[in-house]
Amino acid sequence: MFSKRVWLVVSMLLILALLLSACAKTGPAAGEKFTFGMLLIGPANDMGWSQAHYDGGLYVQEKLPGTEMIYLENVFQGPGGQVQTGAELATDMATNKGAKLVIFNSDDMKDNAIKFAQEHPDIYVIHASGDTAWKEGKNYIDLPNLKNIMGEMEYGKMIAGCAAALTTQTGKIGFLGPLINEETRRFAASAYLGAKYCWTEYLGKDPADLEFKVTWIGFWFNIPGTTLDPTQVADDFYNTGYDVVISSIDTTEALTEAKKFTADGKQVWAIPYDYAKACEGADDVCLGVEYFNWGPAYLAAIKSIQDGTWKSSFDLNGPDWSDINNPDTSAVGFNKGGALSEENSALIDKFIGELGSGLNLWTGPINLQDGTQYLADGVAATKQEIWYLPQLLEGMEGQSE
Amino acid sequence: MTVQEKSPQTTSLRSRINWLDLGLRVGAVIMALLITSLILLVANAQPLKAYWNIVLGAFSSTQKVSAVIASWVPLVLTTSGLLFTFTAGLWNIGMEGQVVVGSVFCVGAFRFLDQTGLDPWIVITIAFLAGALGGFLWAILPGVMRIYGGVNEIFGGLGLNFVAKALAIWLIFGPWKRPGVASMSGTEWIDPQFRLTYLPGTSLSPVIVVIALIGAIFVALMLKGTHFGLRLKAIGKNDRAAHLLGIPTTRYFLLAFGICGIFAGVAGSILVTSKQFSLIPDAGFGYGFLGLLVAMLVNYHPILSSIVAFFFAALSVGNVELQYMGLNSYLAGVLQGFLVLFVVMTNGVRQRLYKKG
Repeated sequence: MFSKRVWLVVSMLLILALLLSACAKTGPAAGEKFTFGMLLIGPANDMGWSQAHYDGGLYVQEKLPGTEMIYLENVFQGPGGQVQTGAELATDMATNKGAKLVIFNSDDMKDNAIKFAQEHPDIYVIHASGDTAWKEGKNYIDLPNLKNIMGEMEYGKMIAGCAAALTTQTGKIGFLGPLINEETRRFAASAYLGAKYCWTEYLGKDPADLEFKVTWIGFWFNIPGTTLDPTQVADDFYNTGYDVVISSIDTTEALTEAKKFTADGKQVWAIPYDYAKACEGADDVCLGVEYFNWGPAYLAAIKSIQDGTWKSSFDLNGPDWSDINNPDTSAVGFNKGGALSEENSALIDKFIGELGSGLNLWTGPINLQDGTQYLADGVAATKQEIWYLPQLLEGMEGQSE
Repeated sequence: MTVQEKSPQTTSLRSRINWLDLGLRVGAVIMALLITSLILLVANAQPLKAYWNIVLGAFSSTQKVSAVIASWVPLVLTTSGLLFTFTAGLWNIGMEGQVVVGSVFCVGAFRFLDQTGLDPWIVITIAFLAGALGGFLWAILPGVMRIYGGVNEIFGGLGLNFVAKALAIWLIFGPWKRPGVASMSGTEWIDPQFRLTYLPGTSLSPVIVVIALIGAIFVALMLKGTHFGLRLKAIGKNDRAAHLLGIPTTRYFLLAFGICGIFAGVAGSILVTSKQFSLIPDAGFGYGFLGLLVAMLVNYHPILSSIVAFFFAALSVGNVELQYMGLNSYLAGVLQGFLVLFVVMTNGVRQRLYKKG
């Protein structure tokens, strides 16, 4: 009697499954609609990295009628993450939602992006922040349907570092880092180069008096029980005399903590990251935010798919120096925050102007953290030397790997 | 449904209980759906639409059905393993950690044998055996701690879950880290030749389905049809009495843990070779914990547990569709949690009714 009931349930489930798969729609809907999928490593409203991508998708929808974005958030494996991997979710987007392009928005999705691109040669793939499509890079794989896009955030980090150096009263800058890899090392190093330049050139101070400490939490954002808690790390910085924290993680804990400390009567500052409007609501502590503007690059890529000119490429897009905050042309920008003094604001403008007219801080002499020479005097770094920076730089405190 | 309340004398007690049983379970499911619907309404979403989307999300294409089966496989394995410990009256809360350590051993075997040039199938087999061994060892620990150290296996297992995760994180950030990288996102992927082949157009490898079926059938046969199963059941009902009747309870406790751990280790190896291809901190994907829920939900019934595991797998895959609607991905978890809660509660109600009846 019992097993009969079991079989009844099983057979009903099977029939249901068959029925549903029979009436399933496959492929994209009729019309000229272009669906593109986006896999976000964090939430679409994180005021950081993922929201910047999400807004880039909205920009495409607005500028190119007929395009539609579908997206999934928290694409990682762990508490609060997804049960399915990035490759599985992208497959779902392509097979069941008719997506012709899938954007993988994190360095951590590299393996999944490559796997998906290999298994679906007919679907276009953009991997933001990877180097797979870089012919001159170390990890090149020939995949005609895969493109890498990244903003030249080295400049943004230099500006952030400059703002921090100009503002700090203690001469101690904290760098709240995510995980350690080539990308995060070169960004931390760029922030340091910017800080050192403004500290010495604009303030005329001794570089030996500038402390720059990096603490890594282990991932792009807080995963309780797995990473260090960024709130705690920011607190530790502020409690030990670091009065400016440059955040390089996807979320805005540093800003929240800076507000708390400042409300308690201890003036400190923070610089968030990634998202153009990250300073909103934190005018009293925010020095500014260096951010990505993904919209124009995504728009161009989708247009190239539509008109048949798509090519696999490694696109490293810099700021538009005529106006680094132009939403249609600049891939990297810096929005000043309310806590940046007028005097320092003018110096930041001066610094941006110098960078735009060719100042290259990635010029020797530059030594690595262990003291070995990386760039000889007067030698400018190649793109590869910057991208694949093997260690932090001399003068920086913190783990290199 | 018409249930004759005042049953004539001829109706056997057994069939009355079955109807009651079924009614209570259906009631529990309805309650869980109602509460979840309330939450959905508060979140400004239409419950029926959400549920229908879950169904579509799980079954509306071959790819989706295959994804459900792919996540059913590890779940049915953890659930099946847990039936051994539950039957023996043991709470193997450490299941999740056992899956993690299974994955650790499996990845370790691949790292060790990577360059040996052995036939990939031999390497994969060894890696699965290593995974099984890892799960076995990690499961024996709470058993030993209980028998010889007097530590309740719930606390032992809970602690070992944390240790397993810490072990994985240590390996990922330490000895097994990618060159120049320190990220919790995992170790380097295993070589493509060691990855199980998918059916075309899916993320499902047929081999793992066979493994899951063998596992489920093995458990059903062992528990229903062997002396071993009967003795385990006797221990579960009353281990002192069983001991007095001559059953070597210590050995059976350890066996139950060990077999359960082997299932966990195989589940971990499947996750490594067909899904994640590397070691990540949460290498268990929650399948150990979910297995506990499924086993409790079906009152430790082997065949039913495979079916409910399928339902849970469908929930977790179909859940993606809710995210396209802009709803939070935790919703399936909420529904699963309430389901278990209400079923456990109705179990209590049922027992009181039994006493009266």
